[in-house]
Amino acid sequence: MSVGLIARKAGMTQIFAEDGTAVPVTVLNVEPCKVIARRTSDRDGYDAVQVGYGAAKRHNSRAVQGHFAKQGQEVTGGLKEFRVAADAEFELGQELNAAQFEVGQKIDISGTSKGRGFAGVMKRYNFAGGRATHGAEKVHRQMGSTGQCQWPGRVFPGKKMPGHYGNERVTTQNLEVVRVDAESNRILVRGAVPGSRGGLVELRPAVKGA
Amino acid sequence: MRALDDVTKDQLRDDIPSFREGDTVRVNVRLIDFKDTKNGVVRTERLQAYEGVVIARHNKGISSSFTVRKISNSVGVERVFPLHSPMLESITVVRHGRVRRAKLYYLRDLRGKAARIRERRY
Repeated sequence: MSVGLIARKAGMTQIFAEDGTAVPVTVLNVEPCKVIARRTSDRDGYDAVQVGYGAAKRHNSRAVQGHFAKQGQEVTGGLKEFRVAADAEFELGQELNAAQFEVGQKIDISGTSKGRGFAGVMKRYNFAGGRATHGAEKVHRQMGSTGQCQWPGRVFPGKKMPGHYGNERVTTQNLEVVRVDAESNRILVRGAVPGSRGGLVELRPAVKGA
Repeated sequence: MRALDDVTKDQLRDDIPSFREGDTVRVNVRLIDFKDTKNGVVRTERLQAYEGVVIARHNKGISSSFTVRKISNSVGVERVFPLHSPMLESITVVRHGRVRRAKLYYLRDLRGKAARIRERRY
């Protein structure tokens, strides 16, 4: 039963499949994960497991220490919750590792995308921009028109404009698991994963079936 | 890249001869055919040789590749092979060439006698 995992993106490379085709893969080093707490619909209104990951920070607030002490667990570096079925059985302290996912399985991966700062519309929304030549002046990367004239007399809300781009939570769905290495606690998925190298990502079974 | 080397190291080939740009190599490529027969689709494998001058090498771990150029029926043909691909049955060096560049893209503008490469001797 796969629940979810926290991993760090190590980077991309390629491997050769059995039929000789080169497969682009992202290498994910799974953080040490264990079940810290259980959420149940009776008490919390939903069913989930709270997973702790990574090494604990040197100093933790009394509140954090108290939360872990209440569950009888050691403090970890961070906490994330994953929804599970109501009848799924998990023990507190149970370790979760790469072996819960299998080769060929589709998973969803969420992470924080690379921050691009204040970006123009060409980078942010793939606008076409203006012409490079033929008399174009100062309009090479501009957005063009923002709307009509006296009616409606305003720019509609949601109009795509320059602004802050990146550094937000992005989910990529249906990434195929290419290899699971239980020994080194490492997962290889086909294709790209949001975020920079070394960034934390969340792995979950795909919500939109196979 | 270094941190990912151990992911790919078991797929790196150690049977690749040393060759460089300007060398003439013969690459045996595995081809897979699928043929419709009465007994369903049959998968057969055969080898095809491709011989020409190496005009470029791209060294990047498992993603390394090399480009082989030849003149086929008076048309220039270039193929880029992944160096560590299991689809390459073998690579043999036919002739060592003496060149003074790492990328021989100038050969694309030359034909016949002008496109010759001097042989390298030790």
